[in-house]
Amino acid sequence: MTDRPRLAVVGAGPAGLAASLAATSRGIHVTLVDSAARVGGQFYRRPAAALGALRPQALHHAWHTWERLRDGLAAADSVEHLPDRHVWCVERRSDDFVVQALLGPDQRESESVRADAVLLATGGYEKVLPFPGWTLPGVVTAGGAQAMLKEGLVVPGRTAVVAGTGPLLLPVATGLAAAGVEVAALVESADPRAFARRAGALAALPGKVAEAAGYTARLLRHRVALMPRHTVVAAHGERRVEAVTVAALDGEGRVEAGTERRIPCDTLAVGHGMLAHTDLAESLGCRVEGLRVYADDEQRTDVPGVWAAGETTGVGGSALALAEGHIAGRSIAARLTGRAPDPREWAPAAKSRRRLRAFSALLDTLYTPSAHWTDQVTDDTVVCRCEEVSAGEIRTAVAELGAGDVRTVKLLTRAGMGWCQGRMCEPAVAGLAGCEQTPARRLLARPVPLGVLARAGEPQEVLGGEPRVDRGGEPQEVLGGEPREDRGGEPQEAHGGEPREDRGGEPQDAHGGEPREDRGGEPREAHGGEPGVGQGG
Amino acid sequence: MNPLRRAGARPGPAFTVTLDGREIEALPGRTVAATLWAAGVTSWRSTRGAGRPRGVFCGIGVCFDCLVTVNGRPNQRACLVPVRPGDEIRTQEGTGHDD
Ligand SMILES: Cc1cc2nc3c(=O)[nH]c(=O)nc-3n(C[C@H](O)[C@H](O)[C@H](O)COP(=O)(O)OP(=O)(O)OC[C@H]3O[C@@H](n4cnc5c(N)ncnc54)[C@H](O)[C@@H]3O)c2cc1C
Ligand code: FES
Repeated sequence: MTDRPRLAVVGAGPAGLAASLAATSRGIHVTLVDSAARVGGQFYRRPAAALGALRPQALHHAWHTWERLRDGLAAADSVEHLPDRHVWCVERRSDDFVVQALLGPDQRESESVRADAVLLATGGYEKVLPFPGWTLPGVVTAGGAQAMLKEGLVVPGRTAVVAGTGPLLLPVATGLAAAGVEVAALVESADPRAFARRAGALAALPGKVAEAAGYTARLLRHRVALMPRHTVVAAHGERRVEAVTVAALDGEGRVEAGTERRIPCDTLAVGHGMLAHTDLAESLGCRVEGLRVYADDEQRTDVPGVWAAGETTGVGGSALALAEGHIAGRSIAARLTGRAPDPREWAPAAKSRRRLRAFSALLDTLYTPSAHWTDQVTDDTVVCRCEEVSAGEIRTAVAELGAGDVRTVKLLTRAGMGWCQGRMCEPAVAGLAGCEQTPARRLLARPVPLGVLARAGEPQEVLGGEPRVDRGGEPQEVLGGEPREDRGGEPQEAHGGEPREDRGGEPQDAHGGEPREDRGGEPREAHGGEPGVGQGG
Repeated sequence: MNPLRRAGARPGPAFTVTLDGREIEALPGRTVAATLWAAGVTSWRSTRGAGRPRGVFCGIGVCFDCLVTVNGRPNQRACLVPVRPGDEIRTQEGTGHDD
């Protein structure tokens, strides 16, 4: 046990790591809770330890920043890393918080961590808009292909097309090519003329432009066909993708008739941008603006004791996540020790944050999915992958049954009611219904076994920060998506009848050593140009 | 260059698992999904409704498309579950339950 104020950080990506280092070096005890086995988040996802990679940096970008974070963490004396914990709820009590996490990968047990403050640094996930054939095996998200490559050192096939829109496509195509995949084409819906028109604004971050140019040069060396202002109109195949049809877009974002071309491939890596995880913030009652968690200049949400940093507060890459996390960590350290922080202390990070936000806002206007993407979505295209709801059913709900928002479409069609809790299909449903995507207000951040839920409802003694284990039932019986009748068959353990295991007090990763003023997480502008807006890696 | 070579990987000894009874080789540290990809397999589930094949989509535990039955337990996310020696991996039909 420690007398230090306690901070629970949810998410060990760049934002969570920078915040943990900034806070712990200022006297805060940090419990870093993350669903992955190792720290790093999406950007610094590394090969599994047992794969013995001697050159993990070969698949990465900005590795020196990772080394600083890693060394800072190793030297930190009061950061406890709890891996394999999927947080499904953060509960606010009268004078503290309880973070509830399912133990992965089994997810049958839940653990809770008590803290005086919480930082939400849960990052985001990729948005993919549907098209005929997008559910075929071999069609994967661009980030997913990257994640499997970085962690499992594995690729999905021999010949890939990388498609969609956004700055992530460049490093993904480069990474696949470097890993021996023949990348037949990079299909990007953005219009290069729009980039030319904004050349002045882009030049504000020359490092980023050079980075993109570097990727492009490498792709050309790998003989990747670059197809800007093009889109994938369909993926073809029976048991897996065998080819895609791509076509040019006209100035309005419509497919130009007669430009369709078939490209044989066994892999399509596709993405249309990123979405923030806002679920935990929503259930805490934090303000969500558009599709991102609101945070003030100190990265505080509007709920006292809850901070947010990184992509959960808006998508902008790893360098922005680092800057925001650093500011959050310093703000938390000050506030938890009864001081009002002086923002001048973090002026360099605030400056990076301002520049990187402006840059990512600019990129948002340049990288846009084709304006008329719904034209390609045939009525028989599956839109909700979990519940297998077709575009035709959604259109009927809108045109004939009068559904005018995502929620009503969901109630009428079940789109968004499955395992993924609507994360995959919400943007598509909103697009087909012709309405704005709004925060989903999920009750729970993860599907949770009934047994765990039943137990969580009981009055509980949560020990200060020591994880406590609750045994739940089978994860088949889950709430969080909506329960469905036909999911029967599994004995329910709704009362979570098993004895609970209170873990003894050893913090897992307690590294000895003196607290030190480590700036591991501090974004620096000095190293080789701009702090990578981080579409690298 | 293949990704293992590129990252200079020196994995621990390979072991065997089965997919629907067929033996496949696995490397320690990989997930079930990575193991199946390395064996050239991209689908291991058929959907409840139309019985369509599915495998990895998001790769990070968010989409639940990669559900698989491992050692008799259905609905495991293959992209999260680490592979273990002797694992019996089964293609999951529908809910994975006999209904
Ligand atoms: C699949 C994928 C691949 C990407 N690849 C790249 C890339 O190669 N290059 C690049 O520049 N950018 C990439 N990105 C963008 C990336 O999100 C940012 O660059 C950067 O990692 C954001 O940092 P962050 O700290 O905000 O969040 P993240 O790095 O996303 O870290 C968030 C962490 O929180 C964890 N988490 C989320 N929810 C929970 C929960 N409920 N309970 C417990 N833990 C939770 C996640 O597992 C993750 O470890 C990728 C994004 C995705 C989704
Ligand atoms: S691939 Fe999406 S959860 Fe596994």
